Amino acid sequence: MSWVLAVDPLPWARAQMAFTLATHIILVPLGVSWACMALIANYRAIKKHDADALLLAQRWSKYMAVTFAVGAVTGTVLTFEFGLLWPHFMGKFGDAFGIPFTIEGLFFFLEAIFIAIYIYGWKRLKPWPHFWTGVPIVIAGIGGTVSVVAANAWMNQPAGFTLNSAGEVVDVEPLKVIFNAAMPLQSLHMLIAAYLVGGFMIASVYAGGMLRGRRDRYHRLGFLIAFTVAAIATPIQMFVGDELARWVYNNEPTKFAAIELVPTTADDVPETLFGHLNDDGTVSGGIEIPGLASILSDPTEGTSTPIQGLDSFPANERPTTRQVNTVHLAWDLMVGLGTMLFLLSLWYAAAWVFRRNFPQTKWFLWPAALAGVAAVVAMEAGWVVTEVGRQPWIVVDYMKVKQAATGNTGVWVTFVAIVALYIGVAITLMLVLRTMSRRFRAQGDEVELDGPYGPRDPSPIAPTSKDVAQVGAQDD
Amino acid sequence: MADTIAVVLMFGVTAYALFGGADFGAGFWDLIAGGAQRGARPRSVIGHAIGPVWEANHVWLIFVLVVLWTGFSEAFASIALTLFVPLSLAALGIVLRGSSFAFRKEVTRLSSQRNFGAAFASSSVLVPYCMGAVAGAIASGRVPAGGKAGDPWSSWINPTSILGGVLAVVVCAFLSAVYLVWDARRLDDDDMVEYFRRRAVVASMVAGAVAAAGVYVLYEDARYVFDGLTSRALPLVIISAVCGLGSLWLLMRQAHRGARLLAMGAVASVVVGWGVAQWPYILPESLKVSAAAAPDPTLVTILIVFVVAAIVILPSLGLLYVLDQKSLVESDAASADA
Ligand code: HDD
Ligand code: HEM
Ligand code: HEM
Repeated sequence: MSWVLAVDPLPWARAQMAFTLATHIILVPLGVSWACMALIANYRAIKKHDADALLLAQRWSKYMAVTFAVGAVTGTVLTFEFGLLWPHFMGKFGDAFGIPFTIEGLFFFLEAIFIAIYIYGWKRLKPWPHFWTGVPIVIAGIGGTVSVVAANAWMNQPAGFTLNSAGEVVDVEPLKVIFNAAMPLQSLHMLIAAYLVGGFMIASVYAGGMLRGRRDRYHRLGFLIAFTVAAIATPIQMFVGDELARWVYNNEPTKFAAIELVPTTADDVPETLFGHLNDDGTVSGGIEIPGLASILSDPTEGTSTPIQGLDSFPANERPTTRQVNTVHLAWDLMVGLGTMLFLLSLWYAAAWVFRRNFPQTKWFLWPAALAGVAAVVAMEAGWVVTEVGRQPWIVVDYMKVKQAATGNTGVWVTFVAIVALYIGVAITLMLVLRTMSRRFRAQGDEVELDGPYGPRDPSPIAPTSKDVAQVGAQDD
Repeated sequence: MADTIAVVLMFGVTAYALFGGADFGAGFWDLIAGGAQRGARPRSVIGHAIGPVWEANHVWLIFVLVVLWTGFSEAFASIALTLFVPLSLAALGIVLRGSSFAFRKEVTRLSSQRNFGAAFASSSVLVPYCMGAVAGAIASGRVPAGGKAGDPWSSWINPTSILGGVLAVVVCAFLSAVYLVWDARRLDDDDMVEYFRRRAVVASMVAGAVAAAGVYVLYEDARYVFDGLTSRALPLVIISAVCGLGSLWLLMRQAHRGARLLAMGAVASVVVGWGVAQWPYILPESLKVSAAAAPDPTLVTILIVFVVAAIVILPSLGLLYVLDQKSLVESDAASADA
């Protein structure tokens, strides 16, 4: 591409990968956990003849259709990018790394098919069979998450293959690839994150509505279902995260040193909040909690637990100073926001135990309305810890990022184009979701069902109002 | 084993052409349907026809990419390195298309509907063109083996790639016009049946003409595939021609159901014919299928996943298509008694 400014593709490829992944991952929790929440509402609607719950389930499924479509296309971009940006990685390791993705493909199929069937089914199927067509969506979401994250975990702990003398992958053991050492905890952590983030995101919308005075039963129920899911997920997530951190301590010492900001090997290491590493290997700023990092790394040994420092790894096999600072800040953000979300969940639980209702003052609703954003930020920060903490490796101990990258010097052009396009899509998505919500509110409790997957109206040119009235009538 | 997985890959490519391709073709008809007033009715039929199932059809593309990179990673690396530009354009086009389609359905204001519609329609032409150009680049042997980059421009701006791109657009348009005749009939809209029938007839003639011209292009520019098409793959070429002509004839006689099946047969046999013609190469004359293939355990995994998919996914897809068609029928009944 001689006529395009010849720019080193590596930093642009990294930036493009990071940007597109960070975008896709925001849509993922909705794809994974929203169907489950809609089914909870759907179940209640059938069991208790609850009209509000029915309305919620139907509207949620309509929003889902839109966010799912955007999730699918952004996911497709990622699939292309593995080849476009990291061809040497795929060329060499595709035989092994691709295995979890093959399985993921299966789940995508299931998810795409049953989302369409579920949304159709509102008109066409009897209540219980219809409910059951929603269940495969939930299963596919779980399976999809576990298998993609297995692929990511494999990059952290490659297993299940050997390299021959020519450097080619031979003797692949698919089960060892999938169930690599990092996979169980990482997949579980992300799966719970999907429920946590999805729950808080949706709950925060209804919290916002309640703050603006929309406190009818419909809004309260929407809040209740989503927030309960999130509040159950949060403590579990803290526990799993703690286990995961200890696993990283034992198995990915370089990443752990970056997380805890430890320049030289020592015991009685303090937990440093904020602060940063300097190029000369000193740490400045920040608040130190004496001994805590050592205690958390191995509670049985307490403060005498040693933590390997960054300088025990060759400089070209550990993250750079800037990357270390990024990882550490991201770590503080994930754990800090996670702790706040945990406290909010405790508050909610306590209100249930003592008052048999959820708190409805603005002191609770305000933080609840912000929890959605906080949860997304925590999840993004967690991924930054994983990905930047792995640097400079793309496959730990086997291939560095710079060996994997494409030689196409035009990557900066695609980066700029993708950022522009995604910003456009993101803004439009928000506007479209808001328009839908306005329209729903204007309709009161009538339902209309002609989303991207909705059943067709009777004649191609006739308006759907007649249809709407019919559905509204057959709803109960 | 490598051969089996190559067949699986071919199956995916064919399914994507038949189902995804028709969705793209519908975008083409949307694009040329005329102004907001005049184009409203055909656009509405199009919206109904692809609305519910495009997601599921789209997954075939993911399937193809994943099987390619897992099963034949060396070929995938070479393709991605060489064809960076058309593949990037295709990826951007897919984002534009999928999201604008979903959005268009949801907004009710005419002006924004029109903007989303324009984005949807123009990217529906861009994407198949790029895919066809990629196929042309591979078929004409312009993608080198060994995870190396070929020429970033002439690899996809050349006679065979242009042929591939144009043929892809035309074939998608043909397929989808034939499907749309069927859909319009189910919607009981006789004007639209006639509208799409006429377009299907024209598209089938154009597709036939492009394919005939293509024979010459391949002879000059992609000799290996040309030789394959005129020997090993000749039966498939003949089947395709017969199906194409048959479908044209049935369209003229307004026998729509048969026309649909024959149209699918015509397209499927061209795609499979291409695969057979470049056998045993995955990248003609530089990389053989057997040489590109992953170690056996990986291939076995792909096969297992494929078999599970056939058991689980195909019936689900069937259920979806049945519900899709049924909902149409029942809506008709509902509107009749309303
Ligand atoms: C809402 C989200 C959320 C919350 C509240 C937490 N995490 Fe997390 N964390 C993630 C979301 C996340 C994530 C985005 O899902 C990551 C990125 C990769 C992964 O598998 O999970 C992650 C990664 C991640 C890693 C890196 C794993 C690796 O690279 O192998 C560690 C060590 C932790 N987390 C630990 C914790 C601890 C100790 C937490 C709380 C006390 C915590 N996380 C709360
Ligand atoms: C299954 C999931 C994922 C896979 C397989 C994956 C894979 C990759 C690959 C191949 C790279 C390029 C090589 C490298 O720079 O190390 C990368 C980089 C990166 N990814 Fe991920 N990723 C995943 C999830 C995510 C998510 C959800 C985020 C969200 C923020 C993310 C953030 C990043 C960042 C920030 C980089 C750039 C790191 C750097 O170069 O400094 N990743 N990822
Ligand atoms: C680098 C990594 C990733 C790649 C290559 C990737 C690929 C894809 C693809 C191709 C799709 C579209 C499927 C369709 O057409 O329906 C998709 C959607 C989806 N992806 Fe990803 N993905 C990645 C990261 C992730 C991660 C980290 C998760 C979850 C943990 C995830 C979960 C999903 C889900 C649930 C969907 C369904 C669409 C939705 O509901 O929004 N993906 N992804």
